[in-house]
Parts: sequence; structure tokens; C-alpha cells
Amino acid sequence: MTDVFWLIPFLPLLSTIILAVFGRKLPKAYVSFQACFAVLASFILSVISLVGLLQTGQEHYPLVKNLFTWIQAGSFKANLSLQFDPLTAIMVLVVSGVGFLIHVYSVGYMADDEGYKRYFTYMNLFTFSMLLLVMASNLVLMFVGWEGVGLCSYLLIGFWFEKHSAANAGKKAFIVNRVGDAGFLIGILFILTHVGSTEFTAINKAVAGGLLGPAVITLVALLFFVGAIGKSAQIPLYIWLPDAMEGPTPVSALIHAATMVTAGVYMVSRMSFLYTSSAISGQVVAVIGGITALFAATMALTQNDIKRVLAYSTISQIGYMFIGCGVGAYAAGMFHLYTHAFFKSLLFLAAGSVMHAMSGELNMQKMGGLRKYLPLTYPTFLIGAIAIAGIPFLSGFFSKDAILTQAFASGNYFVYGLGILGAVLTSFYMFRLIFLTFHGKERLDPIAKKHIHESPPMMTIPLVLLAIFSILAGYVGLPAAFGKNLDWFGHFLEPVLRTGHTPHLSMPIEWLLIFIATSVAVIGIFIAYIFYIKNPKIPHDLVKKFPFVYKLLYNKYYVDEAYDAVIVNPTIKGSKIVYDHFDLKVIDGAVNKTGTSVRFAGKMLSYLQTGLLKDYALIFLIGAIIVIGIVLL
Amino acid sequence: MAHILFFLLAFVCVISVLGMIISKNQAYNALFLILAFACTGGLFALLGAPFIATVQIIIYAGAIMILFVFVIMMINVREGLPPEKKKWTVYLSIGVVVVFLVELFFAVKGTLVPLGTAPVEHAATPANLGRILFTQYLYPFEITSLLIIVAIVGAIVLVKKKEEQ
Amino acid sequence: MIPLSYFIILSVVLFILGTIAFFIKRDLITQFMAVEIMLNAANLAFIAFAKASNSLDGHVIVFFIITVAAAEAAVGLAIILLVFRQRKTIKSEDIREMKG
Repeated sequence: MTDVFWLIPFLPLLSTIILAVFGRKLPKAYVSFQACFAVLASFILSVISLVGLLQTGQEHYPLVKNLFTWIQAGSFKANLSLQFDPLTAIMVLVVSGVGFLIHVYSVGYMADDEGYKRYFTYMNLFTFSMLLLVMASNLVLMFVGWEGVGLCSYLLIGFWFEKHSAANAGKKAFIVNRVGDAGFLIGILFILTHVGSTEFTAINKAVAGGLLGPAVITLVALLFFVGAIGKSAQIPLYIWLPDAMEGPTPVSALIHAATMVTAGVYMVSRMSFLYTSSAISGQVVAVIGGITALFAATMALTQNDIKRVLAYSTISQIGYMFIGCGVGAYAAGMFHLYTHAFFKSLLFLAAGSVMHAMSGELNMQKMGGLRKYLPLTYPTFLIGAIAIAGIPFLSGFFSKDAILTQAFASGNYFVYGLGILGAVLTSFYMFRLIFLTFHGKERLDPIAKKHIHESPPMMTIPLVLLAIFSILAGYVGLPAAFGKNLDWFGHFLEPVLRTGHTPHLSMPIEWLLIFIATSVAVIGIFIAYIFYIKNPKIPHDLVKKFPFVYKLLYNKYYVDEAYDAVIVNPTIKGSKIVYDHFDLKVIDGAVNKTGTSVRFAGKMLSYLQTGLLKDYALIFLIGAIIVIGIVLL
Repeated sequence: MAHILFFLLAFVCVISVLGMIISKNQAYNALFLILAFACTGGLFALLGAPFIATVQIIIYAGAIMILFVFVIMMINVREGLPPEKKKWTVYLSIGVVVVFLVELFFAVKGTLVPLGTAPVEHAATPANLGRILFTQYLYPFEITSLLIIVAIVGAIVLVKKKEEQ
Repeated sequence: MIPLSYFIILSVVLFILGTIAFFIKRDLITQFMAVEIMLNAANLAFIAFAKASNSLDGHVIVFFIITVAAAEAAVGLAIILLVFRQRKTIKSEDIREMKG
């Protein structure tokens, strides 16, 4: 049963190759079918592999399948080998499951687009890369998947490449990712020199056996985290994610909510033994996660574009996941990753549905009262918002609560405070979005109003399914307050994630924390209600009173402008100087001069051929002299 | 005795070649050359190569130079040609020639050893020469005969006037 | 006997004179005659060395050289005749077809 797991990435790969080569000639309906079916098949295989995994004993973890030796250079060996263990199982299920629903949604969403077949080729390529990333059993192969998802992100963000803003956003994403990847790569090199192999099992053994000194472990952990910062859009490398909303909405849902941006969290969890062995790196991860969570939430407060709000929300939520990983509660971080995949992709797809209904409009200020017109989109959107706000009994509550409780329990009170503040803001801005879009007075553009329609079933069915999951997914990991040993999720992951000593809290404190988390969420909703339903003038008055604060938040703290001035523009100017002085003059000059000098030499030589007998005889003589001279010497 | 003969022959040879260079009249050039060839034939005889000496006189001085004289007769150039006008080519040629001379002297430095007397069996009599020609050097001999045929046919074909239409 | 070196020096001198003659003269026939002088000088050297090394190979070579020189003279003079018929001149400077 378990032996089929290595096939999981290859079905989407096969589909990609077929679509890439033959895509143009295949009919549209077949392309949709094949693309979706490939991902569905991966999902089914994942389920089968999971069942098989549950039946094998823990001592066999992880199950490794070595396909072939890929690189062998001296003592360095990297195999194309895939592994399957609980951590991988969760990621694979999420990627293929949510991916399948998003593929189905895309069939409806992208139906009128010209680049339909190209879209599905890229989506399948992305699915393959992501599956490769999470199933790799060594760092080098994981890096291949890592780069692959970065590439697909670039391709899909800039999908409508004729639009300048989209092309620039794609470039920005790729380049910022690259900065993170540099850190990751250096980390891999350090591992290679100190451990000799990049296989996870080997690294695990080396760390457990004390082969690596504490300084090395900290350094490597921090370098890997740099890579995670780039890929998962934390401070300071988050700037690409809001711009990435230029891409089609299903892309935002899949790549920038559920899967690619969570690759960093997966990587930190996979390397959990490094982060638990080095307390400093864990702290760094948690603090950066916490700061990002709060910081991004503040920026989401003032945005008017629905997708931008969701983008900042994603950055913020991933911050929570890193808080979990940083304090040692890797299971909690992964749990939040798992639930977040459902409700965030639900939110994005629902936003796409709204956009579809409003003929492409995304500005919240031009909406209002839409719940009358969108009877399916509104409830699902609402469910997603409730889940992310952390209202009890939906999935978001369980996962967020798990993280914050663990943060408190391990003594990271500062990070806990950041998390609570962030939770208030999270529910506030999510419900601001709901109220502005679906409730209140209608501020619709008349032409758009004429065309309002609910989305076709191809788009609404995935929404409903994701909404159901958003409600139910959390029940696999109930906190200790509800009863002992109900945390199946955490238990499942235990053999893989080396958590540090988890201090246990007493029951009353656990209940108190749950109460605090719930109340801040309700407070956030209530404030949003007052601001946008009861007394809509309050936001305007606040803006008038604190124009500076509003401007700062609205312009995202001018971070993009700062980066432009400090890094981007000098680089562009510098490269222009190099181009003018070096590329044009030296390199082009050398190439041109080679041509002209050859021609010149030819011309000079042609003067020898005068046609006169005597000149030729002279040359004979000179040649004879030279030859005799050589013989003599 | 031999020395006197040698110096006489050498002197006459060089003088006649010089005369050939200096003279502008083509007929005189040809005559000087005949004299030079004759002297060379004598030198060959001095070197104990009677057959070669005879061949030299008969063929070189006899047949080849007659060819030259015939052609000079047919191409009736009235006046001789003055030497080169452009001075720099003359100087270049002289320079190159001097270099060549020096080089050749270096090349032949090692040979400045006295000659020995030849044993009689290996005397260059026609009999000996013929023997070696028809055994060891048979191939070149046959091929050279082919060459002569080619030359004859070629010369005739080349000079034949085209038939009048 | 007469030292070998005398003959060699004489051969070299004759060769150089032939070269000078080739470069100085401007009409084809005399230039051809200079070539014959050079061949002759080489013949002299060969015979001298044959005598010095007591072998007959030098004689054989000279035999062939004379034969080939004869054939070459025949064909060469035929060509000169043709050139004269075409161009009405035997100045070597006027024949520049191979330029370039």
C-alpha cells in the first residue's frame, strides 16, 4: 500500500509534459479534464499512501524510495529519492486536495481567457514542483522543488504578461525570492561540509549525535530561515506578495495562500531538530513571525482592494505559523498551515467569485449590499471570515488557539502579546471587508450592477466544499482543554517533529487563554460593526483626525519606496554604467575588432599577390631561407 | 695539374655567367650560357664522372640551348631590355641574396674536408651507372621516360596553331 | 686531389649568381636561363658529394635532373612562345593575370 507514494509527483509532471508539447492541438475540454484529473489522481494516491502509512509502525519512518542517483561528484552524492512520513503526508494531502478544488474552480474562472491551456500547463508544473518539494528526502532535491515553485510563481503572476504591472510583479516576486534562496543555498553548503550528506535522515543523526557545534547549528538554522523568509513573505522580504495579486485569482489562492508560501513553514518544521537544538534561532523565528503578524495586520486595515487585504492577511497568518514553529510547537504551526490552506483559499476563491460577478471590480469602496445578489458566495465568504477570525468551533479557532497557548506556555510573553494584538486586528479587518462588500448601502457602479450574477456551479461547488472543510478541519486537533489526548493531529506528527520539552499548563490557565483568544476576536468584530454598519462616519473622522497615521498605513509604511531608493535604483544605475562602459565598449568592441582585424589582415596579405613572377620567386627564396635556417639551427 | 685545370674551368664558368647577367642581348646570353655549360661539363669530368660530363655536353649544352636559340630566333626582340627601374626592388633582392649567400656558406661549412680517392670498382663508368639504374632506380627511370613523352606531346599540343575555320 | 670544399663553394657561387640573374632580368627567356644555371649548380654539388661519399647515387640523381630539365625546357619554351603570340611581349611585368 505504501509503495505507491513515489508516484504522487509524477502524474502532474506527466500531465505538464503532455500539455506543454501537445497543448495547442488538444481540445479545451480535454485539457481541463486532464489537468484536473492529474491532481485528483495525486490526491487519491496520497490518501492511499496515508492509509498505508498509518498501518506501518513508527520505527520505519520515514519511508524512503530512492529512484536513482542524480549527482555524483567526488564524495558528494544527491539522489532523486522521495520520502513519506506524517509531515509529508499532511502537506501532500493539502497540496493535492486543495489544488484539485482550485483546478476545478479555474475551469470556470479562466473559461474565457486566451491563455487557457498555458494556464493549466503552468498550474500542473507548479503542482509537480510543490509535491517534489515536500516529498524530497534530501536538501538538494527539495531545493529543486523550491526553485520550481518560484519559477511557476513568476510564470503565473505574470500570466497576463502584456500588462506592465503584472510583468513587473512577476519579476519582483522572482528576484525577492532569489535573495532568500541565496541564504538557503549557503545553508545547504554548510550542511554539506559539516555533515557530508544532504539527506534528512543523515542530518538528523548528525545533530542528535552532536557532530555539529552549536554555532554551526545556529548559523545553518538562520540561513535556512532566510530562505523561508523569502519564500513565505515575512519581514523583510514580504514585498512581493501584495504585488503578486496581479495574477489570476485562483493562482493567488493556490500559490499565495495554501501552498507555496507555506513551503517555508514546512521547511522549518522539517528541520525541526535544528531549531530545537539552537534556542536562539527558535527565538528569532518566533519574534520575526510575531512582528510580521502584527505589522501585516496593520497594513491590511486600510486597503481598499479585496485581494490586497487577503494578501496582507496571508502574510500575517504565516507569521502565526512561524510563531508556532519558533516556540517549539511545530505541530501547532503545521496545524495552522493546514487549516489556513482551507479558509484562505476559500476566501480568495470567493473574492474571485465576487470579482467575476462585478465584472472585474475589486475595490471595496465601490461595493456594498452584495449579499442580496450572491446567495452562495456570501455565506461561504462569511464562513471563511469567521474561521480566520478565530471564532470558536471553526477550524481557525483551534489552530490559532494552539499556537497562542503554546507561545504563552513556553514563556514567550512578548510574542504572545503580538499574537493577541494581531488577532484583534485580524477579525477587525476581515469583518471590515465583509461589511463593506456585502452589507450596508450600495455604492455600485450602475453598469456593473446590471451584470451582477452568481457564479456558475463549476466555481461555487469548490467554494462550498472548502467552506465545509473550513468548519470541520479543525476537529482533528482539539486542545487539551477539551479533553486529554484528543489532539490526533499533534499525535500523528510526533514521531517526526522533535519538539522541545512542552510545558503543560494547568486547566484553568488553558481555559483562560481560550477565553482571551475568543474575546479579542469578538471585540474585533464588534468594533468593525460599529465602524462600518452602525456609524459609518467614524472611519472618516478618524482619518481626518490622524491623517499621518492613515497615510502611513495606506502606503504600506513606504517600505517599497525605501527599497526602491536604497537597493533597486542604485542597482539599475550601476548596471547601466557597467553596460555603457564595459558591455558596449569592451565586449562588443572585442568581438567587432576581431572581425575587422581579420579583414584587415586579409587585405594586407592580398598585397603579396601582385601577379608578378618575380615577387613570387622572391617569396620562394625567402621561404627557402627560412627552412634552411631552421634546419641549420 | 688538376688544380690548374679546376681553377681555369671555374674561372671561365663564373665569368661567362657574369657575362650572361650583364649582357642585354639575348643571343649573347644564350652563347654565354653554352660556354658555362661546357665548363661545367669539364668540371664533371674532373670529378670522375665521364658519363655525366658527356650527357651534360650533349643534352644541356647541345639540345636545351639549341631550343633556347630557336625560341630567341622566333621571338625576334629587337632591343634588349634595360634593367629594373624601381630601385627598391633591386635593393631588396640584393639584400635577400646576400642573406642567402651567408646562409649557404654556413650550411656547407661542415663539408670543407678533403676529397679522397675513389676505389676503382665504384668508378662511375656507364656500365656501373647502367647497372644501378636498371636495378635500384628502375621505377624513377621508367617514370622519367613517361615524363619525357608527356613533355613532347605537351609541347606539340601547346604550340600547334589552331586550324583555320 | 682537389678538395671538396672548392667545388662546393663554386656551386654556391653559381647558384647565387643564378638567383641574382633571375631577379635582375626582366624578360622571360633570360629568367628561364637563370633557372637553368641554378639547376646546373645543384648538379655540380651532387656530383661532388657523390665523389666524396664514394657512391653512385649522386650520379643517378644528376641523370634524372638533366632529363627533367630537358623536358621542362621544352614545355616552358612552348609556353613562352604562346605568351608571346598572345601578348606580343615577353616582359615578365606585363603578365599579371594572377593578381589578387
